[in-house]
Amino acid sequence: MAKSQSASLDRKKLMGDPIMVTTIVLLIVFLTVFILYPLAILLVDSFINESGVTLSTFKRVMDLANFRRAITNTLKVGFVVGIASALIGLLFAYVEVYVKLRTKFMEGLFKVVSMLPVVSPPFVLSLSMIMLFGKAGIITRFLLKIYDNSVYGFWGITIVQTLTFFPVCYMMLKGLLKNIDPSLEEAARDMGASRSKVFMTVTLPLILPGLGNAFLVTFIESIADFANPMIIGGSYDTLATTIYLQITGAYDKQGAAAMAVILLAITLLMFVVQKYYLERKSTATLSGKASRERMLITDKSVTIPLSIICSALALFVIIMYICVPFGAMFKTWGYDFHLTFKWFKQVFVKYKGFKAFKDSFILSLISAPITALLSMIISYLVVKRKFKGKGFIEAVSMLAMAVPGTVLGIGYIRGFSGGLFGSGFLQGLYGTGAILVIVFVVRSLPTGTRSGISALRQIDKSIEESAYDMGADSFKVFMTVTLPLIKDSFLSGFVTSFVRSITAISAIILLVTPSYLLITVQINEFAEKGSYGIACAFASILILITYGSVLLMNFIIKHFGTSRRIKTED
Amino acid sequence: MAKEKKGVRLDHISKIYKDPKTGKDFYAVKDANLEIEPGSFVTLLGPSGCGKTTTLRMIAGFESPDEGEIYLGNEPINALTPNKRDTAMVFQSYALLPHYNIFDNVAYGLKLRKMDKNVIKKKVTDILALVGLEGMENRMTNQLSGGQQQRVALARALVIEPGVLLFDEPLSNLDAKLRVSMRTEIRRIQQEAGITAIYVTHDQSEAMAISDKVIIMNKGNVEQISTPQEAYYYPNNKFVADFIGEANFLKGKVKAQDVVEINGSDVKCATGSMQAGAECNVVLRPEGASLSDKGSIKGKVMYSCFMGAYQDYHVLIGDTLVKIQEYNPKNSKIYKVGDEAFLNFEDNTLYAL
Repeated sequence: MAKSQSASLDRKKLMGDPIMVTTIVLLIVFLTVFILYPLAILLVDSFINESGVTLSTFKRVMDLANFRRAITNTLKVGFVVGIASALIGLLFAYVEVYVKLRTKFMEGLFKVVSMLPVVSPPFVLSLSMIMLFGKAGIITRFLLKIYDNSVYGFWGITIVQTLTFFPVCYMMLKGLLKNIDPSLEEAARDMGASRSKVFMTVTLPLILPGLGNAFLVTFIESIADFANPMIIGGSYDTLATTIYLQITGAYDKQGAAAMAVILLAITLLMFVVQKYYLERKSTATLSGKASRERMLITDKSVTIPLSIICSALALFVIIMYICVPFGAMFKTWGYDFHLTFKWFKQVFVKYKGFKAFKDSFILSLISAPITALLSMIISYLVVKRKFKGKGFIEAVSMLAMAVPGTVLGIGYIRGFSGGLFGSGFLQGLYGTGAILVIVFVVRSLPTGTRSGISALRQIDKSIEESAYDMGADSFKVFMTVTLPLIKDSFLSGFVTSFVRSITAISAIILLVTPSYLLITVQINEFAEKGSYGIACAFASILILITYGSVLLMNFIIKHFGTSRRIKTED
Repeated sequence: MAKEKKGVRLDHISKIYKDPKTGKDFYAVKDANLEIEPGSFVTLLGPSGCGKTTTLRMIAGFESPDEGEIYLGNEPINALTPNKRDTAMVFQSYALLPHYNIFDNVAYGLKLRKMDKNVIKKKVTDILALVGLEGMENRMTNQLSGGQQQRVALARALVIEPGVLLFDEPLSNLDAKLRVSMRTEIRRIQQEAGITAIYVTHDQSEAMAISDKVIIMNKGNVEQISTPQEAYYYPNNKFVADFIGEANFLKGKVKAQDVVEINGSDVKCATGSMQAGAECNVVLRPEGASLSDKGSIKGKVMYSCFMGAYQDYHVLIGDTLVKIQEYNPKNSKIYKVGDEAFLNFEDNTLYAL
């Protein structure tokens, strides 16, 4: 038996579709040049020197005491943050799905918490942490009269990262808990198990893989995080900041490359475990649909303590965000609480704030539609089409998720500063806005692709086949059928990628040149200098922009989205 | 209505798939040779997994055959993509475009052919009238019942005047009553349009009701190509006999031309080209025999039940349990469980395999 004829026919059919072939080829080139190539260059850089293949670069960086410390620091923070975020996320998810707390106030709190990770710029929590608990912190200095509290270091990073990442765990676990068939737990109750026994013997084992999944996702995010350790880490260096300093401070490009390879190896390993083991397992155990609605827990001895804990946590996070605009409006934080606009004025008059917002805004606005369209095309190809190279496209665009921004940044420096392979080809790209746009696209592509894939999986394959059968070519099918049907996913991909780009820092800070001023880089700079008023002023406007975009997106989807038209008339 | 009726020819077509569990290759369709006449209505019939849908999808172009060549008219079409083939398919799930209204759904293929607006309007209106959906142009697809959606899917396929119309189990999502009326409708429209149609179903009564010819498939093999009547009365093998209608198989031995010995008695039975002395299976349809007190083959009634239109018996003959349905039981003697009775065969009902 040979399947050769069908393979060659499929190839012929594909070749008869030039737009499709061109798209696939361009995609593969794009992914290879802008994701695989920079990472490969890092490997080459760190393994090869004048004398051939060698481990000497690795040996050199491993001999650096501060690098060894950075590895343990990073893993320690990642571990604690991962566990804390997963547990707090589980608490919120459990309360939302299982406990009757239907007051408007609580609903509002939960909604805000679930939206925060989408709109939050990276260092906001670090800034407010310093302003609340630092040496001049409102809480430490004025309420508790502690004058020498230090928020910098392990606990600062851990608390800030936990508060930043737990909402993601909450959303992930909420989805899983909702999929548990209530009758499983009712059966256990019926056989005489107490509520806590049911939780320990039924609910928890069912979501254990999902909990592990949430832990690993947070772990990866935590060790890849650059912004928070930068601002609140103080002398407590993590891998991301050490790599940054190695290249910007010590100008040791080879050493930085080797460090980046080590960081990448850690995140990749975690990613592989998460993606190919835990994610599969967590959906496999909970593929069932809830047969009917769950009886919510109304027992006051359960609801009151849980709602107090959740509200307190949620309010704390919200206060931290509110702190930022106030930080931008007080004359001198911690000393003089008169309201003033001098920081905003300084941002725009003295520090070219207008240009910073314009540059960030325009670059993000260019990259957003590219990302959204690219991720929809990738999802379409992955879900709906059969061709050689499909596995490559899917794997590489997902791989980008596991690549820390700092690693990508170093890869771009090494890969493009002298052109491709140092040949000078594409050298013109380096230092331009175009390379920033490309980095934005690459950084947001995995999220967009993931949401596109799950949206497309819900569309019956035969809808596209029918259009194809009626005489439409691939391009026509994509434009007239696929894209209109996943318009919502496209829109949210657009906004998500815009928000992610305008708040990005880790890769960008390594690649930006003085001709571009970016908001996030400015915030970082002023926060480093201790000019919190100006940093807060920048951050407040940034939050306004991101929050506004998300509101606008929700409005558009609600009023012009496809799903409304298709679903509500059912 | 169709510009040109086209025939379809499958020349030694095979399709190989990989079994996802064992990782081994197997034939989903094996060496299929079919000749479908222009203008005829042909049904691919078989249990699930027999390869009928794969065959249809190869004709449409969604799958590529591993061996052989498919011809549409005289043109080999193996290397053509679905959009370049002169076929139109009616999908099991209807596959209407949910973001378009009925008019735009039906006009989709015409617009792709860059037809004049007024021509499109006229064609769509005409075809909607043919399928009985006048005036529904502006409805959205989810405002229609299942039967109406099916008609839109049919209209959409018919309006582009394809050389061949393909149906992939189009009625399986409808309720039983609607299924019966829709199949008559499909047959009427196919005849009016004078179009070649290839229809896939696992429902044998649907296939019998609608087709000029049935192609019965099993495990990737074509078992029989014939009219529904031939398949019922002269099945090629046990599988076909069992799949089309109900069948009893009685062990027998050919005594002479058209004489078979069953359980010690000689009966009249079509033997075809079988030689005397050959062991054979005699096919008996439940309605082909009746019970009486006298006759050739004796049996014992094991089960007897009044079903209204007929009396349902299970009769033990030797070690074989035979199902008999005696119609109009009001006029004949009713045997009870445990009674002895003789089988009487009507003329031309037995067929030896």
